[in-house]
Amino acid sequence: MKRSETWRKIKRNRLLYLMILPGLLYFLIYKYLPMYGLIISFQDYKPYMGIGGSEWVGFEHFNRLFASSEFWMIFKNTLVLFALQIFVFFPIPIIISLMLNEVRHSFFKRGVQTLIYIPHFMSWVVIVSISYVMLTLDGGIVNAIIESFGFQKINFLLNDDWFRPMYILQVIWREAGWGTIIFLAAITAVDPQLYEAARMDGANRFRQMWHITLPAIRNVIIVLLILKIGDVLELGFEHVYLLLNSSNRNVAEIFDTYVYVAGLQQGQFSYSTAVGFFKGAVGLVMVVFANWLAKRFNEEGIY
Amino acid sequence: MAQQRISAGNRVFDFFNYFLLGLLAVITVLPFIHVVGSSFATSAEVASTKFLLFPTEFSLKAYEYIFSTDTIFRALGVSVIVTVGGTLWSMFFSTLTAYGLSRRDLVGRRVINFLIVFTLLFNGGMIPTFLVVQQTGLLDTLWALVIPVTINAFNMIILRSFFLNLPQGLEESAKIDGANDFSILFRIVIPISLPAIATISLFYAVTYWNTYMHAILYLADADKWPVQVLLRQIVVLASGMNYDAEAYSDVPPPEVTVKMATIVVATVPVLLVYPFLQKYFAKGALLGSVKG
Repeated sequence: MKRSETWRKIKRNRLLYLMILPGLLYFLIYKYLPMYGLIISFQDYKPYMGIGGSEWVGFEHFNRLFASSEFWMIFKNTLVLFALQIFVFFPIPIIISLMLNEVRHSFFKRGVQTLIYIPHFMSWVVIVSISYVMLTLDGGIVNAIIESFGFQKINFLLNDDWFRPMYILQVIWREAGWGTIIFLAAITAVDPQLYEAARMDGANRFRQMWHITLPAIRNVIIVLLILKIGDVLELGFEHVYLLLNSSNRNVAEIFDTYVYVAGLQQGQFSYSTAVGFFKGAVGLVMVVFANWLAKRFNEEGIY
Repeated sequence: MAQQRISAGNRVFDFFNYFLLGLLAVITVLPFIHVVGSSFATSAEVASTKFLLFPTEFSLKAYEYIFSTDTIFRALGVSVIVTVGGTLWSMFFSTLTAYGLSRRDLVGRRVINFLIVFTLLFNGGMIPTFLVVQQTGLLDTLWALVIPVTINAFNMIILRSFFLNLPQGLEESAKIDGANDFSILFRIVIPISLPAIATISLFYAVTYWNTYMHAILYLADADKWPVQVLLRQIVVLASGMNYDAEAYSDVPPPEVTVKMATIVVATVPVLLVYPFLQKYFAKGALLGSVKG
């Protein structure tokens, strides 16, 4: 009885199923088929043999991975950039949102917002290119300024000490403004009476921020933090690949760039798939863990 | 007395707050102004004046140079085709999927939604995806920049949330009048959802204009490279206007003004749509993140 009811519902909505069919096919072919393709990391994949014909090698590629010093270098680099994202980048949009929230002239506020959103729409190629022309040794303005103060020029682009600061500054430059949107929206939902009450109690602007605004957007902060942690290893192939060169490789090579070089340039399909698989699995575990943690602290989490 | 102290504190607070925010905005855009200004300056002025924002002598030399070869026209052409075609393609399928999944009476929508959200948390990675793109015959065609990214799950979820919030009575009354799901979508739902449609279209358009990684992954043929890849050749690799790897050594590295002008050309379309974009995106981005 109930089954025929469901069936009738499905039949009545056959046009809707027709509508979502192309979309579903897209996800199956270009998202789920690659997940199936992960099994080549347990094979000695030969392109002309295909997944069906290639030889199984078990965990050989993973063992090779964990045994190589190269792997631990990449692991460390990835973790350091991730830590910079969480500890250096993440708080900045929150701080800017709190500051923007205190602005009472809407003209000024909108003006600042308009300008700081812009870099988000630039490609990484554009951002890195602008950095290049500004930081280059011959004629870049940054070195010209350094020189005019009587200091030695700094080779920012080929120096492994400068890779990490450059990386995170570019991330901040591109994304800090855009990141404020969600926090500002959460702040508008705060009841203005709370501020009035706090003012009556003699709270200054900092105390109002600390005791009212921040707790009010706590949930949004936590959700975004979980998402960020889930993105743990998505440090941006494009960004790092563009900055990477032979002189900063020992701090700049991350999983994504390594997979590209080992897989597509050197043709080690199975081995580099194993590297990518490891990265993806760690990412998934991190989201689940972060979400579990959020729930333990009685927050909503993302699912 | 206490009242006065608070307001004095407020004034200091406001001063620093406005000052720092203003500074932040200036720092954010200064690099762009520097690049645009330098691209219109003579090479001599760029070399002598260190912090150039506005050139004293206006020169179009750099632009004349980059537009003197076919290379940049071809790259711009590819980017325009991919951006316009890709946006239409992605919007068509994203809208259909989002609308279908927004209907509460669709059996199985929870499972399907989960399967789509899961792709945001885990994916097959670069090599297996490359192999699928290869197997589906897209390598070295412009379709490789479009088909593998047909639907962006985030964008689709934003659209779905928007459709979910439309009054349900609309569909019911249209149904009673004999409209089918397609005509409801195209005649009623899309026309009243234009702000959301515009936001997501612009998100797609910006992504397609900025496409770079897929081009270097899937296109070996330099004639099909979009403008972002050309920009990297010229600025990051400093390899002149010539595509051929062997010819690198013969071609002098491009002058700074030429690099600046290429950055401007690769960025201008985004800057042109930005004012239109801005009206919508705060709302669009918000919807996506709240319901994501």
